[in-house]
Amino acid sequence: MRDLHTRLQHLFPLGELTEQRPNLGFVTVPAAYLRPTLLHLRDLEGYTHLVLLTAVDWLEEDLFQLTYLLSNRAAGRDIGLRVKFPRQAASMESIHDLWPTAATYQRELREMFGIDFPGSPRLHEEFILEGWNDIPPYRRDFDTLKYARANFSDRPGRETRDPEQHMKQQLYPDGA
Amino acid sequence: MEQELKPELQKRMVKGPDGVEFEVEPLRDYYCEALPTVQHGAYFKIVEDFFNWARAQSLWILGFGTGCGAIEMRPLMTPRFDAYRYGIQWRPTPRQANLLVISGYLSVKTLKRAIRAYEQMQSPKYVVGLGSCTINGGMYWDSYNTIKRLDDYMPVDLYIVGCMPRPEALLAGFEDLKKLIRAGKAEGANQYAEKFDWYKSNQKRVIHDWDMPDYNW
Ligand code: SF4
Repeated sequence: MRDLHTRLQHLFPLGELTEQRPNLGFVTVPAAYLRPTLLHLRDLEGYTHLVLLTAVDWLEEDLFQLTYLLSNRAAGRDIGLRVKFPRQAASMESIHDLWPTAATYQRELREMFGIDFPGSPRLHEEFILEGWNDIPPYRRDFDTLKYARANFSDRPGRETRDPEQHMKQQLYPDGA
Repeated sequence: MEQELKPELQKRMVKGPDGVEFEVEPLRDYYCEALPTVQHGAYFKIVEDFFNWARAQSLWILGFGTGCGAIEMRPLMTPRFDAYRYGIQWRPTPRQANLLVISGYLSVKTLKRAIRAYEQMQSPKYVVGLGSCTINGGMYWDSYNTIKRLDDYMPVDLYIVGCMPRPEALLAGFEDLKKLIRAGKAEGANQYAEKFDWYKSNQKRVIHDWDMPDYNW
């Protein structure tokens, strides 16, 4: 992975390499350099397969992170590109012209995180949810419990136990 | 909340194969507008009891799986547990089934399909809820898109506890359901007709894009 990272660093202002495994690494890319880096990896380095495109909500830092995981099937190596950008009016360049499958990921991210990808096909069609009327549910400031309480009624009598305390009681009733 | 209808549900002009143009209003033309009615037993008790005995021997499950519990239906309907020996069979369409097994959590999206399937089944019909998820939300109790109490949305005759219930539990549950039917206590379809407005208002409270007739008969 190091060699690839060094080669890339000559071309693009990349961040540090995080090596998860000898054949899997992650690296941060500034949003403006995402497309050239992806193109370079796809066309010149053999990373032809977009494995996944997913998001992380860094609420405390007020950032969204997108991870583009690419795979080089021949070499058996994967690289993940991380891009961070502001949560407010979140928008990212669409890459559906590089990998058509990206359009599906982008549709999902638009629905679940509210990230806009201008120009991506069918972006604003409903993907999984139907008739959703709240903020996108995968955003961390969306309170699922509160939403569930407001929308779905409870059946009285349901008990919740703290697993740790409960198992202690079960296994060591005399407090040993 | 009024939703704009999907294009295929909107009123429109259609040209038939013979060249004649006519107007189609899918929600009115494709469905019967009559609401369900309560059907009381029409005969002496002894005859009704005989009917109920016959109904109990004739359970046809709609092959509709939701949630994890649907996995347990495969061993149940194949030689390992072989539910057929108890007179229980699966059918592919609601029109031919009288038992709807909700086999686990129901997302709001699936609930919509489940309601349609339930309404399309012919009375007398029965609903069995499988697993904690249908009873009180189970492990999805704080989920943003799964309902917590199935009986808010359709009449449930029997719940089978477990997460997930094993095929043996289902078999025992079906035997219990038969007892309920024989005793004339499985009156879900009538309950649905009686409290139709209540069920509808619960359903519409969670299904925000209601784009079907009130009763999908
Ligand atoms: S009760 Fe358990 S097994 Fe059944 S749907 Fe819920 S989580 Fe899955």
